[in-house]
Amino acid sequence: MSMRRVAVVGAGMTKFVRRSLETGRELAWEAASKALESCEMTLDDIDSVVMGSAPDAFDGVHMKSEWLADGAGAWGKPYMRGYVGGGTGVFAPAQGWYHIASGLFDTCLVVCEEKMSPCRPHPQAAFISIFDNFTERALGPNLLWIFALEMNAYMNRYGLKKEDIAQVAVKNKRNAADHPASLLGDANITLQDILNSEVLAYPVQRLDVSPVTDGAVALVLAADHVARRVTNKPVWFEGVGWNLDTAYWTDRDLSYPTYVEEAARMAYKMAGITEPRKQIHIAEPYDPFDYKELHHLEGLMLFPKGKAPEATALGITQRNGDLPVCPSGGLLGVGNPIAAAGLMKVAELFWQLRGEAGARQVPGDPRRGVAQAWGDLMQVGTVVVLGK
Amino acid sequence: MTRKVAVVGLGWSGFRPLTPEVSYRELTFEAATRAYSDAGIDPRKDVQGFVTAAEDYHEGTSIFDEYTPDQLGAALRPMHTITGDGLHALAAAYMQIASGLMNVVVVEAHSKASNINTLSDITAFGLDPVVERPLAAHPSFIAGLEMQALIAAKRFTLPQCGTVSVKNKRNALANLHASFAANIKLHDVLESAPIAEPITKLMAAQHTDGCVVLVLADEDTARALKGKPIWIRGLGWSNDSPALDSRAWNEARYARKAGAMAYHTANIRSPRTEIDFAEVDDTFAFKELVHLEALRLAREGEAGSWTAEGGTERGGEFPVNPSGGNLGVGSLLDAAGLARAMEVVLQLRGEAGARQLPKANTGLAFAWRGLPTTSGVAVVFGN
Repeated sequence: MSMRRVAVVGAGMTKFVRRSLETGRELAWEAASKALESCEMTLDDIDSVVMGSAPDAFDGVHMKSEWLADGAGAWGKPYMRGYVGGGTGVFAPAQGWYHIASGLFDTCLVVCEEKMSPCRPHPQAAFISIFDNFTERALGPNLLWIFALEMNAYMNRYGLKKEDIAQVAVKNKRNAADHPASLLGDANITLQDILNSEVLAYPVQRLDVSPVTDGAVALVLAADHVARRVTNKPVWFEGVGWNLDTAYWTDRDLSYPTYVEEAARMAYKMAGITEPRKQIHIAEPYDPFDYKELHHLEGLMLFPKGKAPEATALGITQRNGDLPVCPSGGLLGVGNPIAAAGLMKVAELFWQLRGEAGARQVPGDPRRGVAQAWGDLMQVGTVVVLGK
Repeated sequence: MTRKVAVVGLGWSGFRPLTPEVSYRELTFEAATRAYSDAGIDPRKDVQGFVTAAEDYHEGTSIFDEYTPDQLGAALRPMHTITGDGLHALAAAYMQIASGLMNVVVVEAHSKASNINTLSDITAFGLDPVVERPLAAHPSFIAGLEMQALIAAKRFTLPQCGTVSVKNKRNALANLHASFAANIKLHDVLESAPIAEPITKLMAAQHTDGCVVLVLADEDTARALKGKPIWIRGLGWSNDSPALDSRAWNEARYARKAGAMAYHTANIRSPRTEIDFAEVDDTFAFKELVHLEALRLAREGEAGSWTAEGGTERGGEFPVNPSGGNLGVGSLLDAAGLARAMEVVLQLRGEAGARQLPKANTGLAFAWRGLPTTSGVAVVFGN
């Protein structure tokens, strides 16, 4: 059966900062307002609202989505928050897609907000509560430790060196220097800077990791007939996919993200993509750690297993390369307000495909892009394919 | 063109105030096993997607969606959580099927309220941290204020609210899933200990443990399966303001808007005559009355007297909460709405046993997310 066509018609975001003075509700309001202004729409034109936000423990508010509702423009409207941990930012637009594709709504405002800074002294402490309360919490783990395990597994499987991976951080932080909302853009950063940074949990060093960030991003989605009235440059949803693996992460091969591959297959099937490397022109894979970009490029089937580092070294993933990857600057450069960071990637595709990315614009009139996020206990993949 | 969506499988577990012998995963596994058996499906082969409703703070686990797939047979499948009521999750599953993306989607929500030592402290954590939480009040005060305002506005009387508790706890006597069934009199309700004036202990639902799993399918799949499909005829959901200072205190605006959307999608013009019975949120007794009026099932200002006259009893003109509702069954936190939907589905299938209604062709389930929210979901089911 044929599905209803859904487009992105507007996007907006706040600056990504380490500690915002605005409350979460204000951040959500700012992003939502900017997205609506970008397509000259108002809340009166919005039929439904989708919220994306990661753990309630960051903001320290129970039922966080209810508290954020009016900030996100959901007063008096159908409003729902989907949740797949760090994968939420790319899942939220997929959720907005099915709101409209279902035929129940013609428009949907998708807002992702994250304010990590209220969690003190450091939000990493909140992550203790994501671990299994019987088998894992007693060990006092944190995310850096488990991702160090995963990074090690990846490096060992393919015989990779730290240099092979750190080049991703260099690329993304340099790309982010052109992003007006970025927290850590740095046009002059070098490979040595990354390799000389403090070791947090070997092999993870400080500059291998994206920073703690506050921020919000919003998109306006519309059905075909509305989108064509609103803009002459709609960017269409071509595919959506998501996939959640078992909670027993210790039982899995950590060197390859099968769940990302499954999510990508779902999205590619819907988009009619059979050869992703040829048919996709921009990729915004999730890069909270530099090795994750490589991991995810392989999961997205854009490079063969273990070959993403080589492609990066050859410059293929540079903004002017054959397959620009994270032209926004990604989480490593722009910042990582969890759910908002994922939606920032989808917003970046929107701006790139419309030719509105300014100094970040990739050359060659890109027609199709993929954004992807990842989260939970190295467990969930979320994928959106946009095209014009 | 929207596709028709039906409930083709139903499973439950628990529905007891204490379940020390099982974890939430085991509760869920039991309910899911029943649901898959009821629908005649294999979750690993026949299901495209899974949706759960859960809140981190209720579970005591951040990013709780991590722990949702295994017990449902959903590992390495499209699955996500909704931080909402179970009926929000049902709406999400409905949209995934209606869009044509999937044919069979499983919906799950559970309560392990007995694991929570201080639920009221957690509820208080839902208040705005800057302007509301510093008041340091027990969150039930919000319901007390609302009930006072409505009594002052002569929308209903205190004894009429008490009648809701008497009715629902009596209805629950015929329900094997009910933890708080009782044969009590109005004065028992009115004279029980005050919680937040004028709400007394017997006017507030207590919590219980349990899990509900529903299997949803598109029309072709539903007709090919062995059971009798129960159709989702319409659905709607809405939020009012989360802020105490700017929400509507004199009406349940969230219920009015959710109901209006549900009736619109179900093509219902006169809910009171086109719907045979309803399971509506009664977390506090007065809320049943407020919700009935907002959902246009009772005329404004008449829900109280109608209830006192017996119009909403199981044998009455329009049965409300024949299961016993949250007051009789016990509230299942994020699964409370699915417990309402479960009763509607059982009634429409003709499987409600001793509490079977003689006329049950169209039924409404309505959930409110509880304090301190203004969030509601309405779903109209038909057989």
